[in-house]
Amino acid sequence: MSKAQSAWNGVSFDGYCRVEEQSLVGMITVRGDLASKKLAKAVKDATGAKMPGQGEILSSDKGRAAWMSPDELLLIVDHAEAPGIIDAMAAALADEHALVVNVSDARAVFHVKGKAAREVVAKLSPADVSVMAPGMLRRTRIAQVPAAFHMVDEETAELVCFRSVGQYAYDLLKDAALPGGEVWV
Amino acid sequence: MLVLECPYCGVMADESDLHGGGEAHLKRFGPGSSDDDFETYLFMRKNPKGVHFERWRHVSGCGKWFHAARNTMTLEVYGTYSAQTYEPPQDIIDAVKAKHPEWEGYK
Ligand SMILES: [Zn+2]
Repeated sequence: MSKAQSAWNGVSFDGYCRVEEQSLVGMITVRGDLASKKLAKAVKDATGAKMPGQGEILSSDKGRAAWMSPDELLLIVDHAEAPGIIDAMAAALADEHALVVNVSDARAVFHVKGKAAREVVAKLSPADVSVMAPGMLRRTRIAQVPAAFHMVDEETAELVCFRSVGQYAYDLLKDAALPGGEVWV
Repeated sequence: MLVLECPYCGVMADESDLHGGGEAHLKRFGPGSSDDDFETYLFMRKNPKGVHFERWRHVSGCGKWFHAARNTMTLEVYGTYSAQTYEPPQDIIDAVKAKHPEWEGYK
């Protein structure tokens, strides 16, 4: 089997914020009835996190569960464990109207780190970044491409986009973090 | 910039996070309908100066379609509501009437 590679192999850039590609990240898209107890248990078993409410991303030591739409979740887990987790979830949800798919290698993940992490994202997105507290996830766009982001902590933004636009996203983030581009809003 | 609250995500999404879907609450006339009805369904759209009901899609968010009631002249937004309805709900009608008592009502 071929060796898994992320979009950028963990490359990083130091501007007035640091931009880091997150190498291999396990990501699972789940669609189904978010009110289902069976689904909530499967999510808990997979990530250690509770079922997230509207606009939430909940974390544990094992992974994260994010609310993406009224019938969609994104689970963030260890890359190597994702296939096993999906098998277990598919078995647990066999008699539910649900879909569990491995999208790990279809995505690129970036961290923006520094005091101005929010500002760097705000330069690229129409979302109100100032209201984003850790635990909230926003699906929006950065420049011309869809992206989702949340604050891991006050100085770290985690951003997910399609891998096919990974280079575009990395170039955008580097540009927004260029020294000399500080706004300090 | 037009800003609408997505009724599914509960976030304020600006126009560039959304995709416009044109006039809301169209009744479909398909095969078997009269030529006039079919033509009206396909091509004839309201274009009011004032209160208007539209479809929008939260395209870079949840991806869901929803409805919005807004004013094409002032860009005022009266509210947004679920896609699963054939006509504007009462609270939206009330919000429009509160601002425009003379408004003739939906239709
Ligand atoms: Zn939405």
